[in-house]
Amino acid sequence: MISLYLRRRVVNRFNMLASLATMAIGLGALGWILFTLLHKGIDGISWATFSRMTPPPGSSGGLLNAIAGSLLMTLGAVAIGTPIGILAGTYLAEFGQRGWLAPVTRFVNDILLSAPSIVIGLFVYELMVVRMKHFSGWAGAAALALIVIPVVVRTTENMLRLVPNSLREASAALGAPQWKIVSFVTLKASQAGIVTGVLLAVARISGETAPLLFTALNNQFWSLNMNNPMANLPVAIFQMAMSPYDDWHHLAWAGALLITLAVLGLSILARSLFRQKHKL
Amino acid sequence: MNDTTMETGGTPALRSKIRARNFNFYYGKFHALKNINLDIPEKQVTAFIGPSGCGKSTLLRTFNRMYDLYPGQTSEGELLLDGQNILDKSTDVNKLRARVGMVFQKPTPFPMSIYDNIAFGVKLYERLPKSEMHDRVEWALRKAALWDEVKDKLSQNGLSLSGGQQQRLCIARAVAVRPEVVLLDEPTSALDPISTAKIEELVYELKTDYTIAIVTHNMQQAARVSDYTAYMYLGEMVEMDSTDIIFTNPKQKATEDYITGKFG
Repeated sequence: MISLYLRRRVVNRFNMLASLATMAIGLGALGWILFTLLHKGIDGISWATFSRMTPPPGSSGGLLNAIAGSLLMTLGAVAIGTPIGILAGTYLAEFGQRGWLAPVTRFVNDILLSAPSIVIGLFVYELMVVRMKHFSGWAGAAALALIVIPVVVRTTENMLRLVPNSLREASAALGAPQWKIVSFVTLKASQAGIVTGVLLAVARISGETAPLLFTALNNQFWSLNMNNPMANLPVAIFQMAMSPYDDWHHLAWAGALLITLAVLGLSILARSLFRQKHKL
Repeated sequence: MNDTTMETGGTPALRSKIRARNFNFYYGKFHALKNINLDIPEKQVTAFIGPSGCGKSTLLRTFNRMYDLYPGQTSEGELLLDGQNILDKSTDVNKLRARVGMVFQKPTPFPMSIYDNIAFGVKLYERLPKSEMHDRVEWALRKAALWDEVKDKLSQNGLSLSGGQQQRLCIARAVAVRPEVVLLDEPTSALDPISTAKIEELVYELKTDYTIAIVTHNMQQAARVSDYTAYMYLGEMVEMDSTDIIFTNPKQKATEDYITGKFG
């Protein structure tokens, strides 16, 4: 008996230490990344970062055009992707119980969810850029929307599945037709979760470089015309970081820090929204 | 006695609101209700008792065809509401459910204000001007003995109420659409004794206007609130009679054993 107990204590202690160590490795790496970013990025950030355009190599400038382009294309992607994603997710959770369409859709959506973003970039390149014969903000937004859709589909379906069936039964028991149950009761009950999913999708696309490289490309100048090539933070960071110029390196660090802070902010916002809802 | 009156010995003939004839129900292949025959009298309270899994909730959920929500659940035989077979393909399930309301075991307030919780069901089938809607909400909440507790916070979320209040809100919601039948599926099993007493009083009051069917695990509750009691076991209707007879002089030995606690 005693030896068995002792053995369990030892095993317990060992596993505890092992899991603590792995956690330390994971958190340590994250901490290191954040520290480096802050350390190197904070120097590059100044008022000019938010008020001036991409400079020619060797002179000072900012990221205003890239920030604006990123915001604009993200907004476009969310505007296109969110309604499609929510509707499809609602279909999967509420209407697709019978038949083959829902399982197939779910499977395809899972593939899309894990598709390498460079493939999505190439796809939109073939579909839009080649036909329009030039890079454009619209193509960038479309590529990002293709990344938003599967994320929103998945979270919407999962959140709707969290709504207890008893709530559906209760509304059906009043004689409510299904579309009313879905639009006034179950979607409302999972509102916070769905908004969280959209925020996480935004966080996901705000760092995507590959799909923009093939679609929006980049722009040295101020432009809000979605029909033209459009500057954006990830591609700007990529080009500046690969350049041999110190000024550009600083700006690249600054851009990287901005994206990270934005993603961090979005995640915190999403979490607090979700938690608030589930406190009740 | 015409076609829709009951033939219960010793009691005055009552019009039967719901009538089952050779009714069977299946969960996939599992035969959950076997050849049920019964009459639920109008404007009376009928209680269904029996051990867990005997099919009493299943039976209750067929009266408003709740099972339609799930694939693989099928029924056969006849289930008549006012003489109309509700199992017919031509039955509009939504309209049926507006006539046969239901309150569940766990309170299920909708994620909206107290007022909207009540108005939601009313709006489905009636277009009322604002003042009439307000009157209806008040009327329903008074019926459910909840008005005095919530009249100053009608715009608050229904989820902010206590469990007993939530359940009374659900009853008010069911009553607000003015159904003909109210089905109560163990409505007090999650509530404290005071809330339970309130809901039992409510059931007693509601029967002046509505036909009520209640499933309960609590034998005292069945004895207190019901006029008729049905004892079910393993998907079969063992015995149904006036509550007095079931609890004092049941005809079946099985019923007596269950009532007296020798079994179940």
